[in-house]
Amino acid sequence: MTRQMTGAKMVIQALKDQGVDTVFGYPGGAVLPIYDEIFKQNDIRHILVRHEQGATHAAEGYARSTGKPGVVLVTSGPGATNAVTGMTDALMDSIPMIVLTGQVPTFMIGNDAFQEADTVGITRPCTKHNWLVKDTDMLADTIHQAFHVATNGRPGPVLIDIPKDVQFATGTYVPPKEARVSHYAPQTEGDADMILAAVEAIEEAERPIFYTGGGVINSGPEASAVLRRFVGESGFPITSTLMGLGAYPASGEAWLGMLGMHGTYEANWAMHDCDLMLCIGARFDDRITGRTDAFSPGSVKVHVDIDPSSINKNIHVNIPIIGDVGAVLQAMYDLWVKRGRKTASEGVKAWWTQIESWKAVKSLNYTNSTETIKPQYALERLEALTKGRDRYVTTEVGQHQMWAAQFLGFEDPHRWMTSGGLGTMGYGLPASIGVQIAHPDALVINVAGEASWLMNMQEMGTAAQYRLPVKQFILNNERLGMVRQWQELLHGERYSQSWSEALPDFVKLAEAFGAKGILCSDPADLDDAIMEMLNHDGPVLFDCLVEKHENCFPMIPSGKAHNEMLLGDASTADAIDSGGAVLV
Amino acid sequence: MNALSLKKGASRKSAYDLKNPLDDRQETHTLAILVDNESGVLARVIGLFSGRGYNIDSLTVAETDHSGHRSRITVVTTGTPAVIEQIKAQLGRMVPVHDVHDLTVEGASVERELALVKVQGTGDKRVEALRISDVFRASVVDSTLESFVFQLTGAPEKIDAFIDLMRPLGLIDVARTGVAAISRGT
Ligand SMILES: Cc1cc2nc3c(=O)[nH]c(=O)nc-3n(C[C@H](O)[C@H](O)[C@H](O)COP(=O)(O)OP(=O)(O)OC[C@H]3O[C@@H](n4cnc5c(N)ncnc54)[C@H](O)[C@@H]3O)c2cc1C
Ligand SMILES: Cc1ncc(C[n+]2csc(CCOP(=O)(O)OP(=O)(O)O)c2C)c(N)n1
Repeated sequence: MTRQMTGAKMVIQALKDQGVDTVFGYPGGAVLPIYDEIFKQNDIRHILVRHEQGATHAAEGYARSTGKPGVVLVTSGPGATNAVTGMTDALMDSIPMIVLTGQVPTFMIGNDAFQEADTVGITRPCTKHNWLVKDTDMLADTIHQAFHVATNGRPGPVLIDIPKDVQFATGTYVPPKEARVSHYAPQTEGDADMILAAVEAIEEAERPIFYTGGGVINSGPEASAVLRRFVGESGFPITSTLMGLGAYPASGEAWLGMLGMHGTYEANWAMHDCDLMLCIGARFDDRITGRTDAFSPGSVKVHVDIDPSSINKNIHVNIPIIGDVGAVLQAMYDLWVKRGRKTASEGVKAWWTQIESWKAVKSLNYTNSTETIKPQYALERLEALTKGRDRYVTTEVGQHQMWAAQFLGFEDPHRWMTSGGLGTMGYGLPASIGVQIAHPDALVINVAGEASWLMNMQEMGTAAQYRLPVKQFILNNERLGMVRQWQELLHGERYSQSWSEALPDFVKLAEAFGAKGILCSDPADLDDAIMEMLNHDGPVLFDCLVEKHENCFPMIPSGKAHNEMLLGDASTADAIDSGGAVLV
Repeated sequence: MNALSLKKGASRKSAYDLKNPLDDRQETHTLAILVDNESGVLARVIGLFSGRGYNIDSLTVAETDHSGHRSRITVVTTGTPAVIEQIKAQLGRMVPVHDVHDLTVEGASVERELALVKVQGTGDKRVEALRISDVFRASVVDSTLESFVFQLTGAPEKIDAFIDLMRPLGLIDVARTGVAAISRGT
């Protein structure tokens, strides 16, 4: 193979050498040479989205469901700025993503040229790292480094800005093995002394809890496997953040459900009252901690995280272990086994008795209805009717997202794609497309709210074009439900601008896109309608008309502690004080 | 379980070395940050400070190793102990950052700054300015019949003191480099 080639060809060659099979993108003037190379080959599949934001979320869905980085290709200026939300989303949720942007030719940079934007400047704070490549000889090297940075340590989005003249010029291609070695090499093995301290704490704890997060998913299937073994053999209870669902199976005996603002009663109380908290790949987000000075006051805290800046950021921990979840958990587990698998079993037994009493509160209970479909009921039926299938779920952002986390059970990692850190409405539809591309035969469902879904609804065209049988399951309450809930609790039921007015006829909309539309409003028809959706071999838009003013409980109001959670409408009067009202 | 029983496994990096997060004393630290000398690296570091609301009291930057493409950024910052720890961790995880040294805690260090100070005046004031500059071992690098430009190097406090003394004597302009710092010994 000749090493001399154009920059545009180099891009394709480098992607191939990095094992990329799919690129999500949208063409424009500044990337035409690269699109020309895409045209001339068949190894890499290009998925034409309808908006660059869609490309980024599709790449996120692809990445989260495969563990491989997602790749995006967009043009300069508006192409790049449209990708900003998705990059920020990926940064917040630690999703590996490579974004390639076209740029005006080097000699025009800084002249306010047509479709020029300071892309590396704009995206500096929303990428893990970014590069402007001004020399074709540096291009391949930079792309290989970009993959290294995106996938090592705490994963995240990276961007490479490629001026058009660099794409046209000829340079020398460098394969991955010969690329400059980046000094970027985060620590993966945990400190032995700290691991010993953690194991000693495990042996002595009477009220332990595993609090796991997205880092377990990031670390890969081995991390989930050792976590399951550890939880099973120790008999400790486990809860997870929104981002970590599926690392431990929802059907597992030790599972307490999700924790946090909309987590279960038992998970939050156990976090509050535990004496040992094993935080594994989670980052003490404010949705988890509530009031930080009242957060789990009596516990020793172990924190395993690959990013030193996650340690002691929000919560002071006693035993910090910097490293990869998989490697550290394995080392902890091995040491614990070597020392005889000791636990304070009497204490742990009593702890479980306590936990059972919290479980008995049945905090996810809701009042069902025979007249209207309760959103929780719709999800319970969806769960029942899809159980055991090879199922992937994405969501939009809002109440429906929280209900999906509460009512759908995830048995395996990489099956749950949601925008947690940024909370990006419009994430779910394109993400479901990315997932379906990666898993053509799987059942892919986007649990959506009507308002979120409309934010990137143009991507229905992408689903239709590539015949992607994604199921868009819209819990349509004709409200910006989560906003409305906060207005009810915090702003005296003044529902300012939280209505979804002038909604489209979703069935007709589906048909206009060449997809199937289903409308369901009667609980009695729900099962049949869901089966119709599941049995249809093609994209489906399911308009599920649900109760309009249902609230999502449990809820820990902003600024409150875990043991001050609200369970249902009766307890909500004056729930949030003025101090809490300033928080989001 | 008693938290103190953890001592057995505790090491030099033990939890007991961690600073109390509720400690809200403000501390000033001098950080030496060794970075790849690539385009945008300064913007990245400054963006981290502004984006996360950290203070920059002083900042200097220059290439220190041309063949290795390395630059050294010296930042003087103020914050609670927990914030200082966050700043170091946030800097340390940036891709072009090779090393972060907290010179304030890593043993003795030398901190120097250079200032150019322009003073305008005639008669007694002019004489007094010249006399004080002598005491501070400043040198005169420019002079007209009614002005001097003094050049002064030293610790930031020395420069502060000099500027304070020059103020009533006709100080009209100051240019300071910001702090350069390095650890003592090897
Ligand atoms: C409307 C709404 C409501 C929400 N309510 C809740 C709620 O009730 N409960 C809830 O849990 N969340 C909720 N969230 C999500 C929340 O905002 C955060 O996104 C989420 O809690 C963060 O999850 P995490 O702590 O697992 O961290 P992630 O964002 O998944 O971060 C992963 C952590 O693991 C580390 N890591 C990554 N890879 C590795 C590795 N290989 N090895 C070791 N460490 C690694 C990272 O450095 C990071 O610190 C809500 C979001 C929205 C939009
Ligand atoms: C892009 C964006 N804009 C605004 C918000 C604020 N927000 C959070 S939830 C929500 C309402 C979502 O409504 P819908 O999608 O219908 O879901 P529901 O809460 O009704 O289930 C809004 C506006 C957001 N998260 N993302």
